[in-house]
Amino acid sequence: MPGAAEVGPLLEPLQYSFFVRALVAAILVGTVCAVVGTYVVLKGLAFIGDAISHAAFPGVVAAFLLKGSYYLGAGIAAVATALAIGVVTRRARIRADTAIGVLFAGTFALGIFMLSTIKGYVADLTSFLFGYILSITVQDLIGITILTAIVLAVVAALWKELLYSTFDPLGAAASGLKVEQLEYVFLGLVALTIVISLQAVGVILVVAMLVTPAATAQQLTVRFLPMMAIAVAVGIGSAVAGLYLSFWLNVASGATIVLVETALFGLVLLLGPRTGAWARLRSGRVVSASPAP
Amino acid sequence: MSEGVDPSGHPIERRLPTIVSALDPGHAHAHADVWLSDVTAGYDDRPAIEHVDLAVEAGSLLAVVGPNGAGKSTLLKVMAGLLRPWSGRVEILGSVPGREAHRIAYVPQAETVDWAFPVTVRDVVMMGRYPALGPFRRPSADDRRAVAGALDKVSMSAYADTQIGQLSGGQRRRVFLARALAAEPDLFLLDEPVTGVDVTTQEDLMDVLEAQARRGKTVVATTHDLACAAARFHRVAAINRTVIANGPSSLVLDPDVLARTYGGHLLVLGQQAFVMDDAHHHDESSGREPHYHELDGASRKAGEPRALPGQRAGRR
Repeated sequence: MPGAAEVGPLLEPLQYSFFVRALVAAILVGTVCAVVGTYVVLKGLAFIGDAISHAAFPGVVAAFLLKGSYYLGAGIAAVATALAIGVVTRRARIRADTAIGVLFAGTFALGIFMLSTIKGYVADLTSFLFGYILSITVQDLIGITILTAIVLAVVAALWKELLYSTFDPLGAAASGLKVEQLEYVFLGLVALTIVISLQAVGVILVVAMLVTPAATAQQLTVRFLPMMAIAVAVGIGSAVAGLYLSFWLNVASGATIVLVETALFGLVLLLGPRTGAWARLRSGRVVSASPAP
Repeated sequence: MSEGVDPSGHPIERRLPTIVSALDPGHAHAHADVWLSDVTAGYDDRPAIEHVDLAVEAGSLLAVVGPNGAGKSTLLKVMAGLLRPWSGRVEILGSVPGREAHRIAYVPQAETVDWAFPVTVRDVVMMGRYPALGPFRRPSADDRRAVAGALDKVSMSAYADTQIGQLSGGQRRRVFLARALAAEPDLFLLDEPVTGVDVTTQEDLMDVLEAQARRGKTVVATTHDLACAAARFHRVAAINRTVIANGPSSLVLDPDVLARTYGGHLLVLGQQAFVMDDAHHHDESSGREPHYHELDGASRKAGEPRALPGQRAGRR
């Protein structure tokens, strides 16, 4: 007589195909967010990530109204916003963060406005606001997988160039790297990453998926590729753990995943061997990156 | 003192015969790795350099000196193809700026670098090899050899696996020079390579650059250190928004030229000259530089004690 009690709490949810789909999505989202997020953190683009994700929302609503694909709508809106941000930060005469603030609040408001014109129940759309990973369909999963493969392939091809142009854009450009093009490619990757993650964690929390695992990894290593590897481990671990927790506790999955990531970040901040408060207390001195005398 | 400042920034040829060679277009052009003719460039609406004429021969070491805000970094960026001039002609290694980028190594000022970045010394030096490597390809044994060789030249092999934030200011400059060396360029463009470093590091770095010049490589470096410019560079270009003088260091670094370059901010006391920087001129390189530099003139030999040893205490 097979039942929940016999297969155990870890295997029990796997009997449900929606949970298996969610698990695969969580692993893909955790991976791609951590990889791209490593650059986002090092470039200091957390705010731009947040802006692009909010700007994707009107694309989702428009897709609903036009009965098109959510991913297509979100993708067009996110990539267009990413490119607009790229142009604004390079060419505009006003401060970049001001321009982005105006752009992202405006586009998000447009999404909410369009949402409010829809009569009746729009659970699908609110799941894009707060994330509902358990609602992911097979078609969604195929889309997520293809997009993830594209993003990871581009990073695999250009990781060195992205690293150099992040670390020293002037030196990289002077020696012949196409820094401006790389910047646009990278903003495009951020946009695709956000589209991949929208259904899992929602517009509002996507930035946490991008930033928190990489920020956690940054506390643990002083090398680039290990930082990315740790970020991926943290991203996948948090996504899977958060998914299970939300299933067992019957609470919102996107928020739970983000809370697990945040808890890990806090733990590392306190106990990390390099920069942790505990390590500093124990060694009795402040560890810093300032030059030696 | 401020009489020497010409508001338009144009040099007075009568006093400064040394600039004539740079303005002789035929000869200078034919032998130059870096050639600028009547170049004006800047940011937004504000020109930082105006009507610059300059030629740097292959195999020479050129120091670009001038007060803060004189346009030294801007000039270097134009040469590096990072800033498009508003007017004038530029030829770098025989082509328009940027075309020969793979033969150029540019090192920015130390302040522009995020030293907490998760890269080791070896990683930074390997970046010098990235542009030649191209996408997809991983560093080969050749690349690793070039990196090891460059680290050895600047005596930083022992620190290969150290995160760059753990290094001293002088070690950081050594690492960035090693990155430039690893790229095996024909033209080095170095923004303040010896600023804020100890005397030993300065001598070591200059030895490395001199060796490169002997191999036919061209070096253009901005510096605040007139003593170093005089002792270790073949030629000096004194600039303050335009070229005030350009020629052999002994000719350029005379009190007349310095007074014109540094305007009212130069104070000559006997053998020594002191520069009082105007805080309002700090639009180019932030306010982090000291407002006061010692310029003990062309007479000081490298390694001799400075007139005011405590002066550098404020430097990072």
